[in-house]
Amino acid sequence: MSRQVHVCEVLVVGAGPAGLVAAYRAAQSGKEVTVVDDNPDAGGQIWRAEKQKSSSAEAAKWFERIRQAKIQFINGARVYEQPAPGTLLAENDNDVYELKYQKLILATGARELFLPFPGWTLPNVLGAGGLQALVKTGLPIDGRKVVVAGSGPLLLAVADYLKRSGANVLCIAEQASRTRVARFGFSLIGNVGKISQAMKLRGQLSGIRYLNGCWPVAAHGEEQLERVTLQQGERTWAVECDYLACGFHLIANVELAQLFGCKTQNGFVTVDDYQRSSIADVYCAGEITGIGGLELSLVEGEIAGLAAAGEETSARALFPARDKQRKFAGALNRAFELRSELKQLATPNTIVCRCEDVTFERLQSSESWRAAKLHTRCGMGPCQGRICGAAAEFLFSWKFESVRPPVFPVRVESMMDE
Amino acid sequence: MADTVVVVVNGVLVTVPVGSMVSAAILKSGVPSFRRSVSGQPRGPLCGMGICFECRVTIDFEPHCRSCQTVCQNGMDIRTDE
Repeated sequence: MSRQVHVCEVLVVGAGPAGLVAAYRAAQSGKEVTVVDDNPDAGGQIWRAEKQKSSSAEAAKWFERIRQAKIQFINGARVYEQPAPGTLLAENDNDVYELKYQKLILATGARELFLPFPGWTLPNVLGAGGLQALVKTGLPIDGRKVVVAGSGPLLLAVADYLKRSGANVLCIAEQASRTRVARFGFSLIGNVGKISQAMKLRGQLSGIRYLNGCWPVAAHGEEQLERVTLQQGERTWAVECDYLACGFHLIANVELAQLFGCKTQNGFVTVDDYQRSSIADVYCAGEITGIGGLELSLVEGEIAGLAAAGEETSARALFPARDKQRKFAGALNRAFELRSELKQLATPNTIVCRCEDVTFERLQSSESWRAAKLHTRCGMGPCQGRICGAAAEFLFSWKFESVRPPVFPVRVESMMDE
Repeated sequence: MADTVVVVVNGVLVTVPVGSMVSAAILKSGVPSFRRSVSGQPRGPLCGMGICFECRVTIDFEPHCRSCQTVCQNGMDIRTDE
């Protein structure tokens, strides 16, 4: 294992749409740019596997631009610590990187919110985006029976992708009510791109049942998922399936931003007009500043890249486009707000912390996240509370405390000679 | 260049497209349980993006590798439930 020092002017963490676009704009403005990302290849989640063969014209356009630009990529490397301002440490399978920068752009994206219900730990119960990621990276899904469940527009995109990949998508169970989703539909008026996107998706999804006010109450099986029980109003029924793809909308990956001391509010990093965080020279773009989808991530990425390169006039020209996308994002998040009935899904024996197998019952007697950690080891496993922490916040309204390095499990060697 | 690679999942050969993740190869081989939890329950992938650590397996004798973030290489030895 070796230690490499790498110097750049602008360092971007995250190679999803926001990070890539930020890197491109900064590079185009004459800066030396490096992008570091945990995944083996660039694209993040929404553009996963789009670099080689783009299925969307927008992804193709940006990947072509990025190929032309002079940007250094460090793939498959996790940032885990900031030993001093202007320096980050990252490790991959072989090396530790000491990354030195003048400006930092964080575009660490979002993850799905997973809510505990009986049987949610069974193999083949995955996130909605989780199953899509697996299919994009080689899992054959042809003819397999899939129930897509949870909340948010991601469910529609995932169902569409799975169906096109040959899956037998039995239904989409959306927890939000029909009224709320319909109202959200109206808010799309005035946003032509979104309407054509929604219409196209609806055409492709024809034949799949879209059940509103519906959610999974239990997954059943011994060694793997065999069937799922769904509830809609007073009615419950069981559906036999191979996979349950279930995620309750998205939450931001703010751990790294918190480690640097960036101010956050309601789970998102607070930024100014130029995407600057509360910490000098640290910019944030994309889902970590608020869940808003691809278009908002792109325009925020452009603004952050330009601002970090000192091109503030060009950045300002993009403010109106961002305002429009933010309005859309606001409507979206209100439409898919989680209903409180979902807090009743976990039974006393339901596991909440999957790393340490801590049950709902054991957490109920704790008065805070900190007490739960100390008494039950909840959130102390390798995911460091990234899965159960968000669930516990929803279930118990607990407040989260400080993030400590390393923000990802690392090898002991990486922690030495600092 | 061949467009597939062959890996070994619990002693059984599995052929997958180039660029496939280890997690996909394991599920393709028909193995649902990637690891046992601390209380012995079967577990498989959840997030698919390297965050949840549920898909940890042993790859080429290295334990606790996240199979959803590891690309299949020819001849890779993959062990689940260890």
